[in-house]
Amino acid sequence: MIRPGKMLVQVLQSLFKKSATSQYPFKKSEMPAHYRGKINFHPELCIGCKMCERDCPSNAIKIVKVGDKKFEAQFDLAKCIYCAQCVDSCIKKALESTKEFELAVLDKNKLKVTFCADVKKDTDK
Amino acid sequence: MRKVVIPIGPQHPALKEPESFSVTLSGERIMAFSARLGYNHRGIEKACEERTYLQDVYLIERICGICSHTHSTCFVQAVEEIAGLQVPKRALYIRSIIGELERIHSHLLWLGVAGHEVGFDTLLMYTWRDREVVMDILAELTGNRVNYGINLIGGVKRDLEKQHITDILKSVDILEERTKYYIQVCKEESTLIQRLSGVGVLSHNDALSLGAVGPTARASDVARDTRADDPYAAYDELDFKIVTDDHNDVYGRTLVRLGELMESYRLIRTAIKNLPEGLISVKAPRKIPVGEAFSRYEAPRGEDVHYVKSNGTDKPERVKVRAPTLANVQTVAKMLEDGQLADLPIVIAAIDPCFSCTDRLISVNSSKSETLGSMKWEDLRLYGIEWHRSKGMDFSAINKKLAERL
Repeated sequence: MIRPGKMLVQVLQSLFKKSATSQYPFKKSEMPAHYRGKINFHPELCIGCKMCERDCPSNAIKIVKVGDKKFEAQFDLAKCIYCAQCVDSCIKKALESTKEFELAVLDKNKLKVTFCADVKKDTDK
Repeated sequence: MRKVVIPIGPQHPALKEPESFSVTLSGERIMAFSARLGYNHRGIEKACEERTYLQDVYLIERICGICSHTHSTCFVQAVEEIAGLQVPKRALYIRSIIGELERIHSHLLWLGVAGHEVGFDTLLMYTWRDREVVMDILAELTGNRVNYGINLIGGVKRDLEKQHITDILKSVDILEERTKYYIQVCKEESTLIQRLSGVGVLSHNDALSLGAVGPTARASDVARDTRADDPYAAYDELDFKIVTDDHNDVYGRTLVRLGELMESYRLIRTAIKNLPEGLISVKAPRKIPVGEAFSRYEAPRGEDVHYVKSNGTDKPERVKVRAPTLANVQTVAKMLEDGQLADLPIVIAAIDPCFSCTDRLISVNSSKSETLGSMKWEDLRLYGIEWHRSKGMDFSAINKKLAERL
C-alpha cells in the first residue's frame, strides 16, 4: 500500500499541528481533582487518636503530643507513598491531600516536615 | 557449526528489567534458550505478613507498575472472601471499569513496545500518545496515573460522578477510532505482517501443555480467560466474548490484543450503561477471621493468582502471588526453538513480560542436593564468581590486570 499522496497530506498536517507533549516546566500542569499530593495537617482539629500513624503503610507520619490537647505531626516526605490512607483514616478530618507534587529537593533534611501546633503554618525543621 | 552460549543480562542495554537469559546459538540460529529469574526479588510476600490487611492493599498494588489495579483487586477479593463480605454491586462495576481502562492502557503500551522491538517506532509514538488519553482519564477518576489506590477491603474508595462518566465515554470514543486505525495498519501493512508472521510459533498443544495464560494462550486458539471461566467483579453480568486467534505467532498475539481493546471499549460502555445505584463500600473488620482463600483475576498479561491465609489477627499469615509472566515465561523457550537470534527481542516482548512482578526467591542447592542454609557475604561472592566461571565468564585475568595497574 504505497500511497505517497496520502503521506504528503499527513506531513503537511503535522507541520501545523500543536505538539502532543506539554511544555511542563514553563506551563504548569493542572492536577486532577482527587490528586493525592503532599499532605497538609490542621493541628487544631487533631485529637491525637493516632489512627493515621497506625494505618500508614510506610511509617511516614508521626503524631507527637506537645501540650495539653495539642499535637504536632512529623512527616517524612521521602517515606510517604502518597496513598492518602491517613486522610481517609482521620476521623476529625485534620489531614488533607493537596495538589502539591513538586517535592524534589537537594537537601534530604528538607523532606522531614513538622506541622507545629502553636504556629499554625508549617515550618521546615 | 560450533555452538556458542551467549549470556544476555542481568545487566544489558536492551533489557528493561534485570533478568538473565542464556542462549545457545549455532550461527544465527537459536538451539536452546533458558531464563533465570531472581534478580529483582523484593520480598513483597514476606513484607505482607508484617503489615495489616489495610496496609497490604497499598503494598500489593505496588507489585506491578502497569497492572496495579489487577494485583490489588485480586488480593482484596481473597480477603473479602475470607471475611465473608458482601461487596456492593456498584463497587464491583467500578472495579470492572477501572480494570478495563487499565487493560486498555497496558495493551496500548504493549503495542508501542512491540512496534519499537521490530523497528516500527512510528507505531510506538502513535500508541503512546493515545495512551495518554486513557492515563488522563484514570488520573481523573482515581487521582493517579498508576497505583490508583481505589480499592478498599469491602468496596472502592471513590465513586463515579456524572462528569466522569461523560469523560470516560468521550475518551473511549476517541480510543476506539484510533484502535480501528491500528487494526487496519496491522492487517494491511505488509512489512509488519511479514516481520511478525511465523515468528515465535507456539502451537495449540504446546500452549496447553506449558500452561500459557492470557493473550499468549488465546493467540494459540486456547479460549482461556478468567473473566469468562470464573467471573469476578461484575463480569458475570456483562456480556463478554473471548478474543482468540489461530495464527499461533507474534502476529496472532498482536491481533488478539487489538481485538481485546475493542472488547474492552464495549465492556466499559455496557458497564456504564448498567451501573447500579447504591453504596460503594461496606465496612470491613480490621481483624479478618481464620480462613484461606484463592483469588483469580484476568490481568492484561494473563491470569493473576493470589492466595491469602489468615489467622484471625489483623495481619495475614501467608500471602502468595503468582503473576501471569511466571506462567508464560516457560513458553518463550518453546517459541524460540530453531528461531533466529534477531527474533529474540520481539518474541520475549510478545508475552508482555513483567519480570519484577514475577520474581521470586531461588533457594540454592549444592551438588549433593542439600540446602546450603545461610551464606556469608564472602561465600556468596565466591559462589557468584564460580557460577559465572562455569558459564564461561572468567573475569580473573581482567581483575588481575586492573589490580596491577592500581
